Amino acid sequence: MSPSAKPLPEITPESRPFWEACRRHELLIQRCRACGAAQYYPRGVCAHCWSADLAWEPSRGRGTVYTYTVTHRSQAAGFKDELPYVLAWVELAEGLQVLTNLVECDPGHVAIGMPVEVTFEDVTPELSIPRFRPTARPGDAGGGDAVLPR
Amino acid sequence: MPTGALIAGVHEFPERKTARSALEIQALAARAALEDAGLALKDVDGYFTAAGSGGLGPLPVLDYLNLHPRYVDGTTIGGASFVAHVHHAAAAIAQGRCRVALVTYGSTPRSQGIAVGTRGRTAGDYLDQFEAIYGTSTVGLYALVAQRHIHEYGTTGAQLAAVAVACRRHAGRNPVAFYRDPITIEDVLRSPMISSPLHLLDCCVITDGGGAVVVVHPDLARDLAKRPVAVLAATEAVAHTAAGKRDYLVSAAAQTGPRALGEAGVRHGDVDLAMIYDSFTITVLVTLEDLGFCPKGEGGRFVEDGRLGPGGALPINTDGGGLSSNHPGMRGIFLVIEAVRQLRGECGERQVPKARLAVVHGTGGALGTRHSGATLVLART
Repeated sequence: MSPSAKPLPEITPESRPFWEACRRHELLIQRCRACGAAQYYPRGVCAHCWSADLAWEPSRGRGTVYTYTVTHRSQAAGFKDELPYVLAWVELAEGLQVLTNLVECDPGHVAIGMPVEVTFEDVTPELSIPRFRPTARPGDAGGGDAVLPR
Repeated sequence: MPTGALIAGVHEFPERKTARSALEIQALAARAALEDAGLALKDVDGYFTAAGSGGLGPLPVLDYLNLHPRYVDGTTIGGASFVAHVHHAAAAIAQGRCRVALVTYGSTPRSQGIAVGTRGRTAGDYLDQFEAIYGTSTVGLYALVAQRHIHEYGTTGAQLAAVAVACRRHAGRNPVAFYRDPITIEDVLRSPMISSPLHLLDCCVITDGGGAVVVVHPDLARDLAKRPVAVLAATEAVAHTAAGKRDYLVSAAAQTGPRALGEAGVRHGDVDLAMIYDSFTITVLVTLEDLGFCPKGEGGRFVEDGRLGPGGALPINTDGGGLSSNHPGMRGIFLVIEAVRQLRGECGERQVPKARLAVVHGTGGALGTRHSGATLVLART
């Protein structure tokens, strides 16, 4: 078992490139070579035209909070010790929504529209999980009110 | 065009915590609903449920009930399932595939101590590797929509709470409702936060329960024990993550509502009561908007003046709903049962005067990721 009691992704051949990239701290999205549409989550066919000719491309890992919830009570395995934690839909700059957690911020200061960037938690030697944190680098657009130094 | 199908009998299992099994609940409810219809066990030739188990769908229930139908449907799309079953039963009857369709449901999460709403998902299905790993819960996935609604339209916690207050007022008139004591908006807002912005009293109760519905061919109308209720329209739809581009404020009801009212040939103003799946207060707000009872974004203002409560212009969930009466995990069947009882004028203290037309809308799954919607328009005959 992993050191985390949280559920871990069960990686399948169709999702393996995604998770291998996460291990390198890269967030991948898929783009269809047939129709040009992008998609998230990754899958074996293009969700727009069902072509199987899909390319993996890196996302910049930047986006904004589309919506969120601060979870105060949950039976979700592995998350009880983390209450309150933030579940969110983040909209990537590439226009795709990603379900995720917001981390490295005060849950009380999260807001819709807040700029965020991907960060990876190395859960096991083989597995890293993408989450998002407030964008912190100087010169970045926006500048949420929950920026923490790191 | 009306479906032609009639709802001939209904029964709701009255206990909210029981020592009986889910199968026993369904057997007792099936017997009572057939009796209500004036039909017999031997008449049943179609069977519908989402309450099966073990990957075998309805098979265990059919075995327990010792039924041999010529039409079987185990459609499972969450809480909307049993509303969808009425749709499917009406279609099967219209095609001559069956004449007496039995729909049953039974579940015992309360006596089993399962926390339906806050229970996490295990990472097993393909999609869970992108979702369950983040600590998703049913409440949380609805809260995502509530938060966005507040952001987009200025909806307030007090407006969400008004839905819970209205349902509790109805529940006070239902002798078998789980919670019957009145609550105020302040009570809702002061109740513990579960997943912001949803408080405990924005969430449905967890009870045991079950019920049965009998849908029949119009030819049987004269043989029935009571005046049947007409299924004027029946529709269903889904909404999901849509490859990563979704307006989470628009639910499947935006598709089913216009279709159902169009099929039935009725206007919103004709509707005497609505049974709106109330897993959470936000579910009702979004559903009322998408069904077209008010413009998109106006849900908060629409519900805050007591319109949904007893004596209001659009009473909803007159049994008290999932927020106050019962919610054993999937409550679509109770929406149908209560609407039928109201249209037959059997609801005593909670009866909506002269109820002739009801809209029933079930929601299943989670608004914040993927869900189903099923709408019926039911009428007195």
